Amino acid sequence: MNRSAPSPMDDDDDRLHALVDGHLPPDEADALRARLDADTLARQVDWQQQRDALRALHAGLSDADLPQDLRRAADQLQHRRDQQMLWRRWGGIAAGWLLAFGLGWGLHGNWSPSGDTGAPLAQATGTPLAFVRQAALAHAVFQPEQRHPVEVTAAQQEHLVQWLSKRLGRPLAVPVLAAEGFDLMGGRLLPGGAGARAQFMYQNAGGQRITLYVGAVDAAADAAGGRAAETAFRFNEEGPVGSFYWVDRGFGYALSGEMPRAALLALATAVHRQLVPD
Amino acid sequence: MDRAQVLDHLPGLRRYARMLTGDRWAADDLVQDTLERACRKWLLWRSGTDLRAWLFTLMHNLYLNQRRGAPPLQVLDPHDSTAADQLPAAATGHDTALDLERCLQRLPADQRAVLLLVTLEDMPYAEVAQVLQVPIGTVMSRLSRARSRMRDWMMDGATEAGSRPPRPAPTNSSLPALRRLK
Repeated sequence: MNRSAPSPMDDDDDRLHALVDGHLPPDEADALRARLDADTLARQVDWQQQRDALRALHAGLSDADLPQDLRRAADQLQHRRDQQMLWRRWGGIAAGWLLAFGLGWGLHGNWSPSGDTGAPLAQATGTPLAFVRQAALAHAVFQPEQRHPVEVTAAQQEHLVQWLSKRLGRPLAVPVLAAEGFDLMGGRLLPGGAGARAQFMYQNAGGQRITLYVGAVDAAADAAGGRAAETAFRFNEEGPVGSFYWVDRGFGYALSGEMPRAALLALATAVHRQLVPD
Repeated sequence: MDRAQVLDHLPGLRRYARMLTGDRWAADDLVQDTLERACRKWLLWRSGTDLRAWLFTLMHNLYLNQRRGAPPLQVLDPHDSTAADQLPAAATGHDTALDLERCLQRLPADQRAVLLLVTLEDMPYAEVAQVLQVPIGTVMSRLSRARSRMRDWMMDGATEAGSRPPRPAPTNSSLPALRRLK
C-alpha cells in the first residue's frame, strides 16, 4: 500500500480491514489476531459478521430473472469485445486486405507469385492464398464462440448439407472424422472473395475445435499457379492458426486448427481422402 | 485469448447496483446504461485493462452523473409495505436483513460504494481506488468510516426495545419512498 505518511492508527485499521477481507496470508492473519486487544477484537468480529451479512444480501440475485434488455445489451457488448480482440489479433491481415483493395487492380501483377502480370486483381480475393487466409480468419472468429459456434447443428445434418450445397452451387460431402476423435458440430454459411463459403466445425472430447472451410476459388488464378499444384497440400499459418489447404476443380478446401502441424496434417489427409477419392 | 466474459460479470454488476441504489428498477437501469455505454466506448477499452474494473468504473461514473442534479435519494423505510416487497429477506432473518440494507442506504454514497466493492466483489483496495478514481488512502478511510458507522447503527438497533430497527434518517415525506430513476 503506497500511502504517504500513514499514521500508526490508520495503518492498524488498514491491517484490520485486510484481515477481515481475507487479504492477509494465513500466518500473518494469525499473528495479527493474537496481537489484537479486546476492543479491536470485538470490532474485527463485528466487521466480519457485517461483511458476511452484506454478502448474503441479494445473494439470490441470479441469472434466472435477468431482464431481456440486459441480456441483449450484455450479448452486444460481448460481441463488440470479441470483435475487438479479433481485430487486435488479426489487424495485420486485415490491413493487408485493405491494402489489396485500396491499391487498385493494376498492381496485382507485380505481387503475384506466379509473375502473371496479366491477372486482374479480382483474383486477389479469389486466389488460394486469399482463400486460406479467409479460412483462418473465419476459424479465429467462430472457433471461440460459446453459444453460437454454428448456424445449423449436426443434428440437422441432412438439412445442413442440402442448404450449403445449394448456396455453394455444388453437392458437398461432409467428411467424418470420428476415427480421429473429432465429431461434427455443424456448419455455417459465410461470404467469401469469390462467392459463398461454407464452414464446418468439429470438436474433440478435449473441446479442441477444427474447421473445414469450403468454397470456390478463382479458377483462372489457380490455373496460373499450374495444374500440378491443384491437388497438392499447402500449408499456411496466420498467427496461432495453421491451415492445410488444397484446390480441386476450382473448389478450395482449408482445414484450420490451433495444433501441431503434423496433427493437423493427419486430419487434413483424412478429409482429403474422403472428399477426393482417387 | 482473454476469456473473461461480460456475462460472468453481470450478476456482480447487478448486485452492486442493487445495493448501491437501494432500488431494483434503478439498479437494472444503471446496469443497462453501463452496458450500452460500454458498447459505445469499447474502442477506449484497452487490452490489458481488466474488464471488470472497466465496467465498474463506467458504472460508477454513470451513477455519479445520475445523482448530480437529482434530489438526494430517499432512504427506504422497511415498514413501508412497497419497500418491504422490494427487499427480499436473506436467509439470516428478515429484520436483520432489512436493518442491514437500510443502514447501508444511510451511508453516504461514496462510502457505500467502497464498502460494496470490497465486500461483494472482493476487489483489492488498489483496484477499488482505480474504479472510484480516488487515492487508495481515501478508499481506506471511507472503508473505516463505513464499517464503523454500520456497526454503530446495527448495535443501536440491537439494543433498542424489540426487533424494531432504528428510525430512518429524516426524509422528505412529500416524495414517495421509492423513486424510479431515469
